[in-house]
Amino acid sequence: MAIEVPENVVVSRLDALASWCRKNSLWPMPFATACCGIELMATGASRHDLARFGAEVLRFSPRQCDLMIVAGRVVMKMLPVLQRIWQQMHEPKWCISMGACASTGGVFDTYSVVQGIDRFLPVDMYTPGCPPRPEQLIQSIIDLQELIQREGTISGREFAARSRQQPKRALVELSVVTLPRGVSRLPQRVRVE
Amino acid sequence: MIDRQTTAAVSSEFPSLAWSEFRGQSRAVVPRDELLRVLKFLRDSRGFDLLVDITCVDYLNYRGAQDRFALVYLLSGTRTNERITLRVFVNEPEASVPSAVPLWEGANWMEREVWDMFGIRFEGHPDLRRILLPEEFTAHPLRKDYPLQGRGERHNFPVLRRAEG
Repeated sequence: MAIEVPENVVVSRLDALASWCRKNSLWPMPFATACCGIELMATGASRHDLARFGAEVLRFSPRQCDLMIVAGRVVMKMLPVLQRIWQQMHEPKWCISMGACASTGGVFDTYSVVQGIDRFLPVDMYTPGCPPRPEQLIQSIIDLQELIQREGTISGREFAARSRQQPKRALVELSVVTLPRGVSRLPQRVRVE
Repeated sequence: MIDRQTTAAVSSEFPSLAWSEFRGQSRAVVPRDELLRVLKFLRDSRGFDLLVDITCVDYLNYRGAQDRFALVYLLSGTRTNERITLRVFVNEPEASVPSAVPLWEGANWMEREVWDMFGIRFEGHPDLRRILLPEEFTAHPLRKDYPLQGRGERHNFPVLRRAEG
């Protein structure tokens, strides 16, 4: 039995409607600490024009944002700040880890640089590159929009499902107190079970 | 460059300084106990009014090195356009030198940085705290016996999960 609806009425699932609204109005929180931040600025500027994807409103207050873009390496002194900003953002919220340093620590395999923010924060999308071109970041945002449309629910059930995933296990280095005289080899990294 | 008269005046005042020269730059090794007097003499009598930098070198496992640390003082005279490099060798366990803050206020943060990175104490410093690393850090990471990848400090954070955020 067909139900008569007027021409200007569209029938949809509520989840799909909410996800459609959310994905097309992402408000990024730029957490730019290094050269990736320059590409992030270029992405928001007129040439690449992030406004075409509804994400041009880069706000510097975490209360107004729902997409954190971590652009650049994060050192151990900065990570508590990053976590605090992440906790200040309202649900639903997403996180893009932009570039090699934010995702893995990059070439900075030193005592002070966090080896990938995904060890301490939930990350939804990784952007490869050093630094990524604005096109790559835009591709990440497009992919994130698809993810939101595919999995998004109005009550945020998909986040609860993702919270049960185990975080990446951290590599623990051997602590070598003193190298003997004449030995300059670095200690081997071991994976701790 | 440095004037011959300057080196002659300094070495006549302090005969225990060991001078050397490299590409026209004069440098002197100063005994630890004479450091403050040499600095004061250079500042007040020879016109070295600018303390450019205080830094440090760790000579652990260095070929031919006798001492563990060398503190390096770079001085400059803004009127005479002279430059001089002073080195002071210090060793563990009492790795400390008198602070230069009474002579130059600008020495404050430089000495804090050397303390932070090398663990050398500056006696008489008004506020010898860490300046770059977090306060709860326990090591001095620019020492050569500190492992490059650290002792796990970079992994020592709470993990935020979706449900908590």
